[in-house]
Amino acid sequence: MTSPNIAAGCAAPDQSAPLPASVDLEKETVITGIVSNADGEAVGGGYVRLLDSSGEFTAEVVTSPEGVFRFFAAPGSWTLRALSRAGNGELTIDVTRGVNEVALSVAAA
Amino acid sequence: MSRDTALVSADWAEKNLDAAGVVFVEVDEDTTAYDGGHIPGAVKIDWKQDLQDPVRRDFVNQEQFSALLSERGIGNDDKVVLYGGNNNWFAAYAYWYFKLYGHRDVVLLDGGRKKWELDARPYSKDVPTRAKASYQAAAPDLSIRAFRDEVVQAIGVKNLVDVRSPDEFAGRLLAPAHLPQEQSQRAGHIPTALSVPWSKAANEDGTFKSDEELGKIYGEAGLDGSKDTIAYCRIGERSSHTWFVLKELLGQQNVKNYDGSWTEYGSLIGVPIALGDEPGKA
Repeated sequence: MTSPNIAAGCAAPDQSAPLPASVDLEKETVITGIVSNADGEAVGGGYVRLLDSSGEFTAEVVTSPEGVFRFFAAPGSWTLRALSRAGNGELTIDVTRGVNEVALSVAAA
Repeated sequence: MSRDTALVSADWAEKNLDAAGVVFVEVDEDTTAYDGGHIPGAVKIDWKQDLQDPVRRDFVNQEQFSALLSERGIGNDDKVVLYGGNNNWFAAYAYWYFKLYGHRDVVLLDGGRKKWELDARPYSKDVPTRAKASYQAAAPDLSIRAFRDEVVQAIGVKNLVDVRSPDEFAGRLLAPAHLPQEQSQRAGHIPTALSVPWSKAANEDGTFKSDEELGKIYGEAGLDGSKDTIAYCRIGERSSHTWFVLKELLGQQNVKNYDGSWTEYGSLIGVPIALGDEPGKA
């Protein structure tokens, strides 16, 4: 059990790091995955936005060099939208408590 | 203030990278972004290490801010161009400090790191060496900073703008969705606060929407132009983004940022809290 640091910031933690041991998967709804381009190569340095069921912005992270992103959300319907130099992509998903793995591809418009 | 004096474009920035008297400053919470590549010539400011007091929960005081800028080689007469990740949240937070401590010429780079990245503009890993300066911060301008008692008194009286996501406003989430949700404070929002997520003010590439679009967004949300305004979020950096929009882009008078924000308010004993999607009653 770690005590939450109330002064902790709002920036995203390292996206490629393993889930911290303090994260309780009985309570958290984790959405994680890899952004890849049309050739299946990982897209690092891309932006992934999490939009709620009304399309409103909820969070955004930068993908790790391996293309990995991760959100802590809640059960329900969410849209993931990726923006990158290699193009953009979008996917709507239904998630449940625990870890939800998603593959997100981007392509030039 | 207006867009012309508070904001510069990525094109302007790329043309002025080597301009005399212009200092680019990247402000982030996670400075590994800077270390992996930044706008050529930019110095870095670490949101936590450089801008927060190391012991008390407060930000750096006048002397600490003077020492920080002197050490980074920034003078009182330099034009400071701030940018960063997270759609410029932390850059906007630093902009608010620069204004609070009386810096004359400070601007935000529209779109920050994201626009720079998506435009495929150049990065550098070289860390510039700047000669030490002798910076003198002014006494803090508290007309742009709100404290908790003033916020409690503002319920039902002033415009309170909650810029967190709708789920945080309603109390369904306690933190932005890229962070674990276990937090010490209660969920919900300050009664009578309007929910206008900071993201309404930004385009997908991180740039600010036009003045016309911005005026419409806050007008339709019910912001009363005849009243003073206090913006808040969770820790005060997303609300700096909205403070920047209202005060610096739209030119509204008497706009304050409540940097204690929800991590303070939601931990106070006995203050009123509203749950759900509606502002609630005073």
